[in-house]
Amino acid sequence: MSNPVMLEVKGLTTKYITRFREDVYAVDHVSLKVEEGKSLGIAGESGCGKSTLALSLMGYYFPPLHYTSGEIIIDGRNISRMDPDDIRRDILGTEISYIPQSAMNALNPTQKIISFIEDVVQAHEPSRTKKDIHDLARKSFEVLGLPAEVLQKYPVELSGGMKQRTVIATSVILSPKVLIADEPSSALDVTSQKMVIKMLKNLLEHGFTKSMIFITHELPLLYNVTDDIMVMYAGQIVEKGTAQEAVFDPLHPYSKGLMGSIIVPEYGLRDVELTAIPGVPPNLKNPPAGCRFAERCKYVRAECEANPVPLHDVGGGRAYRCILSERELRDFYTREAHMREAHQNAG
Amino acid sequence: MKHTFQQFFRSGKFVFGFSIFVAILLLTFIYPLIIPDPPLEIVAQGTFFEPGIYVSVYDSLGTTPHTLNLDGAAAKRIASKLNEEDRLAMKEWLVAAGIPENEIDTADTQKLLDLWMDNYDPTENIPGMTNARRNYFIRLNNSLKGLLSTEGAIIAEVNPETGTLEQVDVITQTDYVNINQVANVRVLPFGTDNFGRDVLTELVAATRVSLVIGFVSGTIATLIGLTLGLLAGYIGGVVDDIIMFFTNLFTVIPSFVLLILISFSIGQEQRGAVTIAVVIGLTSWFWTARAVRAQVISLRNRDHVNLSKLSGHSIVHIIITDILPYIASYVIMALILQISAGILAEAQLSILGLGPRTTVVPTLGLMMNWALIYQAQILGKWWAYLPVLVTIALITFSMNLMNTGLDQVFNPALRE
Amino acid sequence: MPDEKNLCLSGSGLTKVFGFGRQKCVAVDHVDFNFYEGEIVSIVGESGSGKTTLAKILLGLINPTEGEVYFQGTKRDIGTQKKKKEYWKSIQAIFQDPFSSYNIFNKIDAVLLDCIHMRGGRRLPRAEKVALMTEACSFVNLKFEELTNKYPFELSGGQMQRLMIARIFLLRPQILLADEPTSMIDACSRSTILGMLMNLHFETGMTLIFITHDIGLAYYVSDTIYIMEHGKFIESGTPDEVILHPKEAYTRRLINDVPKIHEEWDLSTV
Repeated sequence: MSNPVMLEVKGLTTKYITRFREDVYAVDHVSLKVEEGKSLGIAGESGCGKSTLALSLMGYYFPPLHYTSGEIIIDGRNISRMDPDDIRRDILGTEISYIPQSAMNALNPTQKIISFIEDVVQAHEPSRTKKDIHDLARKSFEVLGLPAEVLQKYPVELSGGMKQRTVIATSVILSPKVLIADEPSSALDVTSQKMVIKMLKNLLEHGFTKSMIFITHELPLLYNVTDDIMVMYAGQIVEKGTAQEAVFDPLHPYSKGLMGSIIVPEYGLRDVELTAIPGVPPNLKNPPAGCRFAERCKYVRAECEANPVPLHDVGGGRAYRCILSERELRDFYTREAHMREAHQNAG
Repeated sequence: MKHTFQQFFRSGKFVFGFSIFVAILLLTFIYPLIIPDPPLEIVAQGTFFEPGIYVSVYDSLGTTPHTLNLDGAAAKRIASKLNEEDRLAMKEWLVAAGIPENEIDTADTQKLLDLWMDNYDPTENIPGMTNARRNYFIRLNNSLKGLLSTEGAIIAEVNPETGTLEQVDVITQTDYVNINQVANVRVLPFGTDNFGRDVLTELVAATRVSLVIGFVSGTIATLIGLTLGLLAGYIGGVVDDIIMFFTNLFTVIPSFVLLILISFSIGQEQRGAVTIAVVIGLTSWFWTARAVRAQVISLRNRDHVNLSKLSGHSIVHIIITDILPYIASYVIMALILQISAGILAEAQLSILGLGPRTTVVPTLGLMMNWALIYQAQILGKWWAYLPVLVTIALITFSMNLMNTGLDQVFNPALRE
Repeated sequence: MPDEKNLCLSGSGLTKVFGFGRQKCVAVDHVDFNFYEGEIVSIVGESGSGKTTLAKILLGLINPTEGEVYFQGTKRDIGTQKKKKEYWKSIQAIFQDPFSSYNIFNKIDAVLLDCIHMRGGRRLPRAEKVALMTEACSFVNLKFEELTNKYPFELSGGQMQRLMIARIFLLRPQILLADEPTSMIDACSRSTILGMLMNLHFETGMTLIFITHDIGLAYYVSDTIYIMEHGKFIESGTPDEVILHPKEAYTRRLINDVPKIHEEWDLSTV
């Protein structure tokens, strides 16, 4: 653990205030740490708060999203209570960059790519000359494997995948410390998706960004991209671990269910029985007092619903949010696997 | 969709526009109940009576007088009688008589009169005065003296036997009648028009007729536009091509020219208010048709329509249940705009003399037309046209406000 | 699968051309296929490959420019509204986006009642209709009592898609065409939906046609896979043939570009 910590979040809680003045705690006491050169994946169903977490991490809140408590520390600098204008000027783009799913729509259709990059750079470093920016853009495009001609084109002349990669390249042109990518490849076809992923991995390798947070609901993708995986459910982190651990040895019943629903075109898939989790996530306007997953959990007990369940730290960066012990959970899982096998052999 | 209706009233713009509109509508219904006179009855002999309260002179004579001793009553009386011309003439005489010009204030009636009474001498001449001018000053002096006298006015009557005048009554200057006791009082808040008709009564009736014209024309235009748009959008193909051909044809011909030509060719005798409304409706449907068609085309390919087809529903059923409700909000908004456009179109037509020809009911446009023909705007008779203008503006303003309010409700992107 | 395979739906030379002149676009290009009764077929293609157009042709929502569709061995005739109605008793669909699949002004009861009416149950007593609807809802793990008098948009995406399956359960068509039925919903709900579709398939023996871009899903569920590129079927066969031993370069690329978890995902190929 010698690498310096690039992003540290302690107990971050943010809420939405709806039009009817109701509070929705979409991110509830989330703590995480990303070291230099590492990437963290956040998985979860839609509505679990993963996109809200991405927005909250930037420290730049606009209604209906509001900050409640917690700290965001980027490379030793606490940004959680900074003035929004200062954040926009000093933090966004230079310290932390954000790529939403529809990033490619951010390009102005009447502007060439290069003038878009000029705008981005000059907003943060007004002293830079155009030539300087052009050189910088050309160099980073070259390293990232994007043709330099793209710079002189208009967005309409580029394909969706190319636009998305262009925006990503632009977002890291000022070498931010943290890059947050929220479903950057979901709207693309598989080949473009692969190119985007390859590029994101390149960014980290070549130091264009010092660390990365990757958010998606596609687990196979997450597994292939990030070092660590965090599973979110109903605004809370329910499981933390390395990608290997989270996918092949999940502890929390929800993660277990999620991992059991992975479909990938490879040998042996047809013999797997997909697991399904019945029910729907709780309404965050009025979350349950105890474990938020209790309603849908197979192993639910009376005490689950009484008190909030703390995140149980197993050590080695692993943690899960369940009152059952690691052994109990593993026992359940092994027994189920045996039963399924027996059932399959019989059938 | 009760919820949607509640949403309407969350929008401040809608509520404001709606209140104005309802107020106008209520006025057109309540006013005739209070003042049931026919709107085009000629009440005044003469043109353009000023707004005000008209009290019957004859009736006030017959009403029991009350004595009120009020200060400055005489001065007020003289002030109301002395016009600007007389005051300037008095000043001219006084200056000639040697009074310093800066001491004379023509606005101060009392002081001016005092100066006049002190200095005027009918025998004196001022240089360059013609004989007529001299006589004018003498007349002016006499009438001022009369005004200043404290005697009352004598009412005399001819004795049929002797043929001589006999005094019947004296009305002193301190006699007052209570206006409530006078049998005949007519309030004309907006005066009368060129024909001597009460402008307010006329205006209320005109507003109602114009609203009817707006509703009829708006409904016709929206219905035609909706039907053609639905057919063109949903059926597509050749039907779409034919409908769009005519729609585009209508779009490129300025509709107002079309309106003028049709109104003109109908002939004066047939041009009633409803006829004009129908003509306006028939010449203003194409924008609605185009917009509805565009909406329907985007709806046509939605999965719920496909699913409805797979359920074996007929085209009519699909259009009514799967398409219409989705564009209902849009159509309501189009209808509101069409109504206000209809009212404006009628006003435009009428002002050119091509509006409805009627001797029973006025329309807002006709009132404007009459005011224009009798040169109310040149003569400064503002009450003949300004209230009409304001009414038209208020109606269209309220409808446009409702429209933007509804837009806010229906279009989530515009919500706060 | 039955030993004796009966033809269920087949097509010969199916072509659909949109536009004309320079804007001509061939969405489906001379496609031939034989789908057998009780089979699960997947048509896999990327966006723009013409798979949705083909689906609409199969459903009879649009007419092919060229070629014929054969239903149970005979030429399909859907010239009139009446014949179409009859055809749609045999083939039904589930669409990709549950949020746009429902008329938001109709209540859930109306959606289900519609299906009962289509199966000729218009004159059934109310109690029997309710029993049928309750059965259909419980098949997809929904409670009819909770859904009655609600609107579809009050449900979650997964629940809406399950209601779609309940609809199919009531309609009992011979063929169900599922156009990306799980691409808009979460992974967990996806397994639920797939499980229900499979149950429906086993219970009624209906032919399932999956239209999807998800090659993993196709591999998991199908008996036969067709790969579609630029309006043409370029490869077909059993899942193991097509996915594990692809012949065409396009198929190979498609499989390679999907992230895996047990095998290594080779990023160098792009």
